Order: sequence, then C-alpha cells, then structure tokens
Amino acid sequence: MLIKFKKASDVLGSEITPKSVFDRRRDFLKTAAVAGAGLALGALPTLPALAAREKLEGVKKTKWTAESLGEKDKPNDYDVIAGYNNFYEFGTGKKDPSENAKKFKPLPWTVEVGGLCAKPGKIGFEDLIKPHMLEERVYRFRCVEAWSMVVPWVGVPLGDVLKRFEPNGDAKYVYFETLFDPERMPGQRGPILDWPYKEGLRIDEAMNPLSLLVVGLYGEVLPNQNGAPLRLMVPWKYGFKSIKSIVSIKFVSEMPKTSWADYAPREYGFYSNVNPKVSHPRWSQASERRIGELFRRETLMFNGYEEEVAHLYKDMNLQKWF
Amino acid sequence: MNAMTRTAGAAPDGMTAARPRRDPVVWVWKPLVWAACLAPLGWMVWLGFTGGLGANPIEFINRYLGDWALRILLVSLAITPLRMITGLKQLVRLRRLVGLFAFFYVVLHITNYVAVDHFFDWRVILEDIVKLWYITVGMVGLAALIPLAVTSTKGWVKRIGGRNWTRLHKLVYLAGAAACLHFFMMRKGFQIEPLIYAGVFALLMAARLIEPLKRRFKA
Repeated sequence: MLIKFKKASDVLGSEITPKSVFDRRRDFLKTAAVAGAGLALGALPTLPALAAREKLEGVKKTKWTAESLGEKDKPNDYDVIAGYNNFYEFGTGKKDPSENAKKFKPLPWTVEVGGLCAKPGKIGFEDLIKPHMLEERVYRFRCVEAWSMVVPWVGVPLGDVLKRFEPNGDAKYVYFETLFDPERMPGQRGPILDWPYKEGLRIDEAMNPLSLLVVGLYGEVLPNQNGAPLRLMVPWKYGFKSIKSIVSIKFVSEMPKTSWADYAPREYGFYSNVNPKVSHPRWSQASERRIGELFRRETLMFNGYEEEVAHLYKDMNLQKWF
Repeated sequence: MNAMTRTAGAAPDGMTAARPRRDPVVWVWKPLVWAACLAPLGWMVWLGFTGGLGANPIEFINRYLGDWALRILLVSLAITPLRMITGLKQLVRLRRLVGLFAFFYVVLHITNYVAVDHFFDWRVILEDIVKLWYITVGMVGLAALIPLAVTSTKGWVKRIGGRNWTRLHKLVYLAGAAACLHFFMMRKGFQIEPLIYAGVFALLMAARLIEPLKRRFKA
C-alpha cells in the first residue's frame, strides 16, 4: 500500500487551475498581446486565430493524381474546400466550421485504439502517423446533399495503420469516434446529433487501398474545419462516412451504431455507398453539382471507384444495404 | 384615420371609398413595406456582385429565398393577431401587400429550383415532387398560395363575394403549415431553427382562437 506523506510545498488538488481555464488564460494573454501590438501600431487588432498554413514535408505522389482524374475532375480551390464544410460539431451552416474552428487547437492529440486486437493502446498523433509515408491522393468527394468536389488530400493508407494494432479474426468491423468536447466544439452544445459522432466500416472496406487516414490538404496541415488533425477518407461513400477529428478506433465483431443511420435509419444506411440508383428521401442521388459548376452532372456508381471497390459488395443487394 | 369602420376580414383592402387625402397608409406605411420586403432581395443581389454567395451559390440562393419567403409569410399571418392586440385596424390594409411579397419570394425560390438548379429538367423535377417528401410538401404550400395571389385583386373580391373570398383565403393557414414542415423536413439532425419558425406559426394560429373563444364563453 502506498502511503503518501504530505509536504508543505505540495499543491492541493483544489489549488490546481483546471486545464480548460488555464488554456483560456493563455488564449487571453495571446489575444491581449496581439491586440496590444496592433493598437501600438495604430492598427485594428487582428485575430491570432488565422491559422498558419503549415507545409507538410516528404509527401509522395501516388497513382491518384489530378492528371489521372482528367479534365472533368479538376481539384477545387483550397479556399472552397476549406470554406464550405459540413462539420456540425462547429455549426450547421456551410461557413460555420471555418468560422468556429479558428481557435480550435488540434495538437496535442491522442487516439485510443482498442477492441479485438493484439496491441491496443493510446497513441499520440505523431506516433500514429510517423511510421508511414505521407501520400497525396486526389479523390472525388461526394456529399449526400448532392454536391461534390475534387480534393487533393494528404494521408496514410488506413489499412497499414490498422494492421499495426494486429486486429484478430473476430474483428469484422472498425468503429470510429470523433472528439467530444463541447468547450472546443461549440456545435456539440446543442442536441443536433447524439454526440460524439460515430462511424464505422466493414474491416475489408477499411483495408481497401483507397481508404485513407487524412492529415493534410494541398500539401499542408489539414485545416481544423476539415477535421484536423486526423480524419477518414473513403471516397466511394457519401462524405459523412469520412469521420473527422478521430479520437477513438475500435475493432468490433458486430456492425456498429453510426450517427446518421442511428438518427434516421430510413434515410441513412451503414454502407452509404455513392449510388445513383438509390435515392435518398431528401436528395435524388442520380445527379450532383460539382462545386464551381452551373450544371449538374450524373453521379457515378461508387463515385467512380467501381473498379477498386465493386468486388466488396458483389453478392449484396445494394437497394437493401444502402 | 377612422374612415374605415368595416370589420376587418370581412372585406379586404381597398373597398371603401372615403379616405383622407394624405392617407398615411398609402404615403408612409406601404412604401415602408415595399422597402422592407425588397431589402432582402437587394442584399442578395449585392452579395452576388461582391462574391458573397459562397462556394455553392445556387444552394445559397435557394435557402436564402426560402428563408425569406417563410419569414414574410409569417409576417403576413401576424398582421391579424397584431391588429387584435393593438386595435390598429389600419394594419389590415397592409396585409395583401405583405402576402403578395411572400408569394413573390416563393416564386423566386421555386424559379431558382426549376430554372437554375435543375435547368428545366422536368423529368427530374417531377420525380423530386413525387419521391422527395419535403418537396411534395413545399409544392402543396405553393399550390395553396397560387389561388390567393390570383384572387388578391379588388375585381376578384367582387366576383366571388367577400364571404367566399375570406373563406378561400383561409388557405394561407395550409400554406404556412406546409412551409414550416417543408423547412423542418429539409434540415438534417435535430435543429432548433425550423422549430422556432414552427413555434411562431403555432402561436400565430393560436392567437386567432382567442376572440372566438372569448365570444363563446361570454355567450
């Protein structure tokens, strides 16, 4: 049994400033310093929140380049990708996330990996990513709301990361959770969804070479509003499957509960593969508007990744398993 | 000011002959309603010329016009309760104008959907109306408003008679309910905003019950 002798210099638990308060104090000092400097220069105080855009080193090209997609699928501008977001943790408007995530500090970041695997544990963001080569992959992105973009992501293959934790034979699905922290994610203060945001993939979907753990955009660190520091990208599924700001990864044996399917099971399925033939009660999925274009275009089966992923669903009724 | 002694609701605006020469409703209030109702459209055009419509302008315009159609429709539904509370009978004379502006925004909203969003792809639009419930509900709202806009003139009041006209124009309640439901269904997740609009609509409807209830309990 451990007996602790109290020293006079020991700090009482009650005396320790809670971390959230301490962080706010630092924010305050920073804001005050910048405001002070601004005023001293006779200028309006500029917000320190305009996140510095940091370049990522050693990003290698892959076969998924802008050139390989061709003329019809040109990458959207950085400002569009980082300014038009569905990320309800930071508000339900398309511009809300870029506004409300300015002050969000993603690092330090820890991911808890657990469930049916040999090497579970908590792992820091850098330790999770560092063993892998960063890859640039230009993917089509299709939102369930019938708009789409082309995005040059930077990330590492999800399958390679998952294998390090040695999932066992019972691991049939991978389950993900987003950070739950209403202080840092103001959208979580309202009951929009049953927070935290939950997503999942079948293990073979997760191991598919297309599945990417994203840490960057346009060769730079991933902007907060796009799911910093770590998000999923499964380009043959509707955007909401590609969960953002991941803090938990779990190998499970049963199909996990996922946020949108749980909210409206009639509207959102677990699979949510892009499928022009299965319409959603709110949006016909037959066509989509590419952001930046006036006319709609036809939506492609599996968002144009049929060759890579169709085999995963070959004996499945996709009307039923939407 | 008190030239109008008719009971409100029995006949619409513009039926009485005697009116003061410098009628403030005509010279002050109606111009203000025009300005207030055109301001949102003006702001949208301004945003359009200054690049303020965001990455998906068609979606922005669609939602913006829908928002304003619903807001102005609720304002038109607020006029009768407001008249009952304040006793300002003249308010009724602004009702038709506000109602027509609501219809104006509805028409712009749907024009954007038909002409810009789907570029007159009628097959897809018809499929939307049949398959997507929130669009079905929206179209019910439009269908309820069209006869009201058509019969908004003095000539039509005479043709069908004040009593029938009033009865017909109760369709606006259906339009209001459809508009609120349309907005609610269109949002994803549990969102407060559509509930606020629905709550305002419910309050405005409930306010209409006050007078009949009073009369019943007095009798």
